[in-house]
Amino acid sequence: MKIKSNIATSENGFIFNPATGDSFSGNAMAAHLLIAMKSGKTGHEIKKDILDKYDVGADQLERDWEDWMIQLKEANLLETEG
Amino acid sequence: MADKYANLCLAITGINANDNPGPGMAVIRSLKESFGAGLRIIGLSYEPLEPGIYLRDHVNKTYQIPYPTEGANALLERLTYIHQQEKLDLIIPNFDSELFNFIKIAPQLMQIGIASFLPSHQQLAVRDKVNLKDFGLKHGFYVPADHKLYTIDDIKKAADEFNFPMVIKGKFYEASVVYTMDQAIKAFHQLNAAWGVPVIAQQFIKGTEINIAALGDGKGNNTSIVAMRKLYITDKGKAWAGVTIKDEKFIELGNNFALATGWKGGYEMEIMSNEDGHLYILEINPRFPAWIYLTAAAGQNQPGALVKMALGDIVEPFDDYQAGKLFVRYSWDHVTDISDFQQFSVFGEL
Repeated sequence: MKIKSNIATSENGFIFNPATGDSFSGNAMAAHLLIAMKSGKTGHEIKKDILDKYDVGADQLERDWEDWMIQLKEANLLETEG
Repeated sequence: MADKYANLCLAITGINANDNPGPGMAVIRSLKESFGAGLRIIGLSYEPLEPGIYLRDHVNKTYQIPYPTEGANALLERLTYIHQQEKLDLIIPNFDSELFNFIKIAPQLMQIGIASFLPSHQQLAVRDKVNLKDFGLKHGFYVPADHKLYTIDDIKKAADEFNFPMVIKGKFYEASVVYTMDQAIKAFHQLNAAWGVPVIAQQFIKGTEINIAALGDGKGNNTSIVAMRKLYITDKGKAWAGVTIKDEKFIELGNNFALATGWKGGYEMEIMSNEDGHLYILEINPRFPAWIYLTAAAGQNQPGALVKMALGDIVEPFDDYQAGKLFVRYSWDHVTDISDFQQFSVFGEL
């Protein structure tokens, strides 16, 4: 799943959707994830980076990642598939 | 070569910069940004407490003009007098209710050397609230269903069809979302007293409010389109803060409207984007909106472009603007002397 290409993100976690005017404030981890996603990294690569860097189990990370994806989808920030 | 726009004398209405502001001051701000401080701005005001009269840094001189109900001849007579004093190059009217008369006298104004850039009476009529639903049906736009209200019985018929909430709108201005029959009847009487019948009952559409400011070239194209999402809405439904947004579907909607009408001049589309993504046209205002300066800030100065087009110059359509330009309106207590108020009240000029 990819972030829509027109979504503006900043290093401090602020997200602006220029098509709808929606804006969101994320925490430091959200900012980190958004920048990684916008850079073109795959979900697999991002999760591997997190496992290497943080003290978190793979199962927990997978649950959190799914939750993150649901939030992005609900916020209409992901590219539509198909 | 001297800039032919730099010393123009431009007459502007809608300088009532109050809590439900006319677009005049924002138009003036846009024009000064476009052409510089050398412009001479003539305010045209209906009442002596329109703030623009006293904002002398923005408006060089203001003249009182007759209310639209006094007719086109009275307006022409007054403007002819003002023209003798000021040698006007162009007039930009900014109120819905005055447009009929300005359109009517536009040929005479042109004869004496005053340009304008206005829609036709026919164009004005098709987007009228009373005709909007039919216009939408004819041209394939989403428009909420409506009922024309002349009596209390009509409100009951509308409520039976739409249920509550529904929207009760004045013929020219103002709208209320009502949730009960009592509220609907109260709104009907208030709007009837202010603007006459028909009052309009409109189906309530839930969604996100978006406004589009555009400038039609009169040949079926738009020279400019800028979309704005309302971020803070006053109790009168006006945007007190908003942000420019950009999506091809807004451009397409505006272009379809320009094509369907051949609209000439500035206009504003009030849109409700529902949860299915359908863009419902709630209203089309036949002039620039009060937030028009945001178009200049985002890179498409619509009032500036209108002046050039009105003076016969070709303006290439803008092709991009900046999304994420945000405005926050504010109020300010401007202080002047009672003698200024007296001067305007007694002589109709300041």
